[in-house]
Amino acid sequence: MALFATCLTDTFFPSTARAVVRLLERLGCSVDFPLEQTCCGQMHFNTGYRDHARPLARKYTDVFMGYDHVVAPSGSCAGMVREVHPTLGTSPPRTFELAEFLVDVLGVTDVGAWFPHRVTYHPTCHSLRMLGVGDKPLALLRAVKGLDLVELPDATHCCGFGGTFAVKNAETSTAMLADKMRCVLDTGAEVLSAGDNSCLMHIGGGLSRLRTGVRPVHLAEILASTEEDPWRATP
Amino acid sequence: MARNPVTWLGSPTFPKAARVALNDTQLRQNLRKATGTIRGRRAAAVAEMDDWEQLRVAGEQVKDDVLARLDTLLVQLEESVTARGGTVHWARDAEEANRIVLDLCRAENATEVVKVKSMATAEIGLNEALEAGGVHAVETDLAELIVQLGDDRPSHILVPAIHRNRAEIREIFQRRMGVEVSDEPADLAEAARTYLREKFLTTKVAISGANFAVADSGSIVVLESEGNGRMCLTLPDTLITVMGIEKLVPTWQDLEVFLQLLPRSSTAERMNPYTSVWTGVTPGDGPQRFHLVLIDNGRTATLQDSVGRQALRCIRCSACLNVCPVYERTGGQSYGSVYPGPIGAILTPQLVGDMHDPQAASLPFASSLCGACFEVCPVRIDIPSVLTHLRAEVVEAKGRTAESVAMAAAAWVFGSASRYEKAQKAGALARFLARDGRITSLPWPGSKWTSSRDVPAPPAQSFRAWWKENRCQK
Repeated sequence: MALFATCLTDTFFPSTARAVVRLLERLGCSVDFPLEQTCCGQMHFNTGYRDHARPLARKYTDVFMGYDHVVAPSGSCAGMVREVHPTLGTSPPRTFELAEFLVDVLGVTDVGAWFPHRVTYHPTCHSLRMLGVGDKPLALLRAVKGLDLVELPDATHCCGFGGTFAVKNAETSTAMLADKMRCVLDTGAEVLSAGDNSCLMHIGGGLSRLRTGVRPVHLAEILASTEEDPWRATP
Repeated sequence: MARNPVTWLGSPTFPKAARVALNDTQLRQNLRKATGTIRGRRAAAVAEMDDWEQLRVAGEQVKDDVLARLDTLLVQLEESVTARGGTVHWARDAEEANRIVLDLCRAENATEVVKVKSMATAEIGLNEALEAGGVHAVETDLAELIVQLGDDRPSHILVPAIHRNRAEIREIFQRRMGVEVSDEPADLAEAARTYLREKFLTTKVAISGANFAVADSGSIVVLESEGNGRMCLTLPDTLITVMGIEKLVPTWQDLEVFLQLLPRSSTAERMNPYTSVWTGVTPGDGPQRFHLVLIDNGRTATLQDSVGRQALRCIRCSACLNVCPVYERTGGQSYGSVYPGPIGAILTPQLVGDMHDPQAASLPFASSLCGACFEVCPVRIDIPSVLTHLRAEVVEAKGRTAESVAMAAAAWVFGSASRYEKAQKAGALARFLARDGRITSLPWPGSKWTSSRDVPAPPAQSFRAWWKENRCQK
């Protein structure tokens, strides 16, 4: 199988991609990272630059064609590949969001993780509605030893990121973010988790600005954490 | 060509209008309370139905069938309405429709008409056109009346005064009706009822919209909650119905689907309190003259677009508004159109038909693409897909901009792994902007992000650099 790290995670959140590798190898997978990969084209497509997205979709198919499965630590990039690439004239290889791959393909919910923190989970819009990932991430989190999972109020509401929406409609995006942050803070959690670093970058960026002390951590990093090799905040 | 009144003259682009709305704390409170309540009620009403998903598919299929053979169905409708004693008028645009209605009012010597709340007449700016022609139109829907008396604009498809609270409504009624009322809902309703009853009993011409028109029988259907519509549809001598050409269903039996889908989606009720159906005229019973004005106003142009045309399936339930996180924060008036919210963001630009219009062109971007609208739409309009489709049209219309140059450059970088890697390394220099692992201020356009959010400092080593160092054979 291949890892599609996504451009955002590759560039800004390498610890997430390293966690995916660690986790999948622990579960017996042989993981490859084809170095020719770049970006799925979502930013271009969603902003109206379809013609720029098309060659990126083609490139994705070329890079990952030979693999049985492709796994991405992002619901929105996996959704872009699965739901949008076919409309751009390509037939992408079987691509999964991480939680889907673990539960549906590997058939595991207990991945042997240990993460002794109070965690709340934000189900990102594209995981929820484009891919229909449902409760799979929550099932994975519930099986993590030591983890205290607290429910996020209005969990299914968008955090306001929306790619270039956050810049084009910055004030509206900020208003959505403010409500999401209030819900996160109401839970009393130390850690906010999600399956998508883009949403975590948005909510985390707001939490950081307010110096709330709540830390955004990608689901993969929680699942990769074990008693022998526990999660450590990257500097 | 005259400006299509589907957008309000002088409305700013969505981000500018939204900024004003976001600063109105009262508006935000009113909207959050109202949409939150109706969201919960709709979810409960829908959960009662085991076959809701099948109904949605049926609704989608009936409407798609209508759009596929709209031309023949419209001719059939005209024939059946005419056979039952009605008169059918065709209007290409708002101007033509308004002139037809004004002429019909003048033929009756009417100086005042009562109106059932209607999106179609709001879309064409009928009230303003009638006023200019010396005919005063009285809105009889409670929320629409509040908007009219408040010299305000609607902000919701179903509840035009959703942005107003009780205290504000009391103030409007006292000022415009000259009565003393409390802000108790029952008192406010009673004041409106007294005011409207006099209008119903003295006005000879009524104007309505239509939720559905049945092609094979020529029947027109209006669903409502207050009973004011029923008064307008039965008491006056002359009834003029103004309807978009897409509001058809082929047969009486097809209505069954929509009479289930619409109330639960819009008012979260199992059944709406009043369903009025009329077919032509019946001697000695109800209006004796019936005119049906069929308006195009950008619809056939919308029909040409294979992706965008699904917006014409819309049955104006407003479920998408009530779940939309953008609508909840900005309210409907920020969209600058009678059609606000997610459906407005795709329908309005298409009806305007001009992607060079800055305000209309800003609407497809007024969404985070979260998909909540598609999830609730009773006729399965894939609003997010139409949004991205229309964004592409806007980008094309704009031509070369700073953004398009940046996007082309980004696409060029992503086009090759080696260029991408070089860009990553160059970008890592942004670490120098960071303090304690975060960047709090960026130059424009990044400043739009850092106005409220920190940016994580790029790490010293990208994942691919780590992979090369640790996993590749040297």
